Amino acid sequence: MEIIRKIFQDKFARVAFIVLLLLYLIILFADFIAPYSSTYSNREMSYAPPSQIYTIDERGKLTRPYTYNYVREFEPVLMQTVFKQDRSKKYYIRILPKAEGYKFLGIIPTHRHLFGVDKGGELYLLGTDINGRDVFSRLIFGGRISMTVGFLALLIVFPIGLIYGGISGYFGGIIDTLMMRFAEATMAIPSFYLLIILAAILPSGMTSVQRFALIVVILALIGWAGFARVVRGMVLSIKNEDFVLAEKTIGASNLRIILKHILPQTTSYVIIAMTLSVPSYILAESGLSFLGLGIQQPDASWGNMLKEAQEFTNILYRPWLLTPGVLIFIAVLAFNVLGDVIRDILDPKSRKRI
Amino acid sequence: MEFFKYITKRILQVIPLLIIVSLLSFFIIRLSPVDPLAELRLNPSISQETLDKEIKRLNLDKPIYVQYVSWAKSFIKGDLGYTSSGEKVSVKLKERIPNTLLLTLVVIFMTWIVGIPLGVLSAVKKETILDRTLTVLASVGMAIPSFFFAILMLIFAVKTGWFPVGGLTSYNFNELNLAGKIFDISRHLVLPTIVLFTISLSGLQRQMRANMLEVLDSDYIKFARAKGLSEWKVLFKHALRNAINPMITLLGFEFAGLLSGAALTEYVFQYPGLGRLILEAVLKSDINLVMASLMMGTIMLILGNLIADILLMLTDPRVRIKR
Repeated sequence: MEIIRKIFQDKFARVAFIVLLLLYLIILFADFIAPYSSTYSNREMSYAPPSQIYTIDERGKLTRPYTYNYVREFEPVLMQTVFKQDRSKKYYIRILPKAEGYKFLGIIPTHRHLFGVDKGGELYLLGTDINGRDVFSRLIFGGRISMTVGFLALLIVFPIGLIYGGISGYFGGIIDTLMMRFAEATMAIPSFYLLIILAAILPSGMTSVQRFALIVVILALIGWAGFARVVRGMVLSIKNEDFVLAEKTIGASNLRIILKHILPQTTSYVIIAMTLSVPSYILAESGLSFLGLGIQQPDASWGNMLKEAQEFTNILYRPWLLTPGVLIFIAVLAFNVLGDVIRDILDPKSRKRI
Repeated sequence: MEFFKYITKRILQVIPLLIIVSLLSFFIIRLSPVDPLAELRLNPSISQETLDKEIKRLNLDKPIYVQYVSWAKSFIKGDLGYTSSGEKVSVKLKERIPNTLLLTLVVIFMTWIVGIPLGVLSAVKKETILDRTLTVLASVGMAIPSFFFAILMLIFAVKTGWFPVGGLTSYNFNELNLAGKIFDISRHLVLPTIVLFTISLSGLQRQMRANMLEVLDSDYIKFARAKGLSEWKVLFKHALRNAINPMITLLGFEFAGLLSGAALTEYVFQYPGLGRLILEAVLKSDINLVMASLMMGTIMLILGNLIADILLMLTDPRVRIKR
C-alpha cells in the first residue's frame, strides 16, 4: 500500500498506473465491453472503414448518437470496392443492448453488452479486417493475450532464475563455473534469433491454449539467464554476511539457507526487475506474432493483428488496421514509466541517477 | 604483454561458449518435426545425387549425436553445406553479413554521436525543461515497437516518395558509377537506420545521463571545481572521460540488442540482412542455413563484446590494474 501511495505522488506514474489499471479492467470484462465476439465475422464487410457516428440529424437538430450501415459497391471507373453509407435507415447507439450471448466473467450467461446499435445495424468503431471482423472487439480480446503473456512468462523466469542464480552463487567453484558458462551460452545467441527458432519448432495443430502456453515458455527461456546472473552476483555478496555464517553454525541445510535466508534479501531487486521486464515480453510476443510465429489466427493478439499492416494497400488505405501498434506503444510506455518510479521507490540509491 | 595475455585468455574462453551454443541450437532445431530436406526433395532442379550427398553429409540416417559431430567437423573445416534451394550457405552468408554489419555499425555510430552529447546535456541541465523533455522523448522512443515504427516509416516513404521502399539497392544499381552506388545505398539505408537509431538512442541517452550525474556527484569533481578549474574543463576533461567508460561495456550489449532489433526491421523493409535470412531459413526449416547464420550471429555478438572489453582496457587504466 505504501508503494501505491508513493506511485500516486508522481504525476507520470499516476497516469501510467491508471492507464494500466484501465487496460486490465477492459480485458477482464472483454466480453461485456466488446460489441462483438472475437470470432464474429461478416464476410460481406471485409475491410469496412470505421462507422461514422452522428449526433446531429439532417434537420440540424441534436439527437441521440446514431450511425448508418455500410453497403459494399464496386466502382467501375476506379476498379475497386468502395463502402457507401446506406442513408435510408438510421441505427441508434444503445446502452446495454442484447446481442451475442457469452458468459460474464466466465460464469454468468448473458446477452447484454456495454453498447451496441439497434437490431440490423452494424457498429465498427475501428473498422473491420480482411475477414470482416470488428477490429475494436478484437483489440480488446487481443489485449487478453498481449497484456498477460509478460506476467505469465515472469512466473516461469523468476523461480528458475532465483534458484539457478542462488545455487550457482552459493556453492561457487566448479558448479558456479559450469552453471554460469551455460547461462552465458544462452545469452550469447542473439535473443531474437533464438526466439524465432524456438517458435518455429512448435508443431502445428495445437489448440490455442497449448500454443499460448508454449509461447509463454519460449519467452521465459530467453529471459531467465540474464536474471539468474544478476541474482548470482547478489548471492555472492550476501553469502559472506554474518547471518549466513550463523545459519551454517547452527546446522541449517544448504537449501534452507538459500531459500529462506539468502533469496529473500533480493526481493526489492526482483520486484524492480519484474516491472522493468514486462514490456520486453510484450514486445517480444507482438514481434513473434507479427512474423506469424506466435499466436495464430483465429485468436487475436496485438502482434498478429498488425500482420495485416504488412501489406502496402492496407497501410495506405486502411489506417485503422494500425491501431494495435498504438496500443502496444501505450502499454509498453506505461509499464516503463511505472517501472522507473517503482525502482526509485524501492532502490533510493538509484533515485539521483535516473 | 599483460594485455596480450588477457586477450588470448578471452579468445580461448570463447571456444567452450561456441561449443555450448552450437550444441544447444543443433538440438533445438533437430527437435523440429519438419524434414530438413523436404524442400530440397521437392525442388526439381536438385538431383538425387546431391540429395544423397546431403543425407550422407548430414548423416540424417544416423543418431543425433553422430549428426552433431559430423556437422561440427565440417563447420570447423569451413564447409557450411547447401541451402534448401541449392545455393552454397557460405555464399549466402557472405552476401548478407556485410549488410547487417553495415546497418548496425551506422546505427551505433549515429547513436553515439547523438546520444552521448544529449546525455551529457541532460545531466548538466538536470531538472530543467530541456532535461524533462529529453527524458520524456527517451521513454517514448523506448516504447515504440520496432516493427510498428518501421511500418509507419514505410507509410511515410510511400506517401512522400522521398525514399525508396525496401531492399538495399535499386534495380539499376549495376549501371551506376561509384558515387551513384554509394548514394543509392545510403538512400536505402535511411529508413531502417532511423528506426533502429530512434530505438537505441533512447537507452543510450538515459544511460549516459545517469553515468554523468553519478560522476558529477563524486568527490574528485567537487575537488576540481574547488581548485577553480573552468566548468568546461571540469565537464569535458574530468567528468566525461569517467562517465563514458561504462558506456563502452554497454557497446557490446547494444550490438546484441541491435542484432535482434534489426531482424524485425530488416523483415519489414525487406532489407537483405542476416536477420531476415535466418527468419526465412527458420520458416523453411533449412537446417544448414539456420545453424550457420545462428553461429555467425553468435560469433558477431561475442566479438562485439570482446572488442568492447578491449576498448575499455585501453581507455580505463583501472581495469588494466585490476586484472
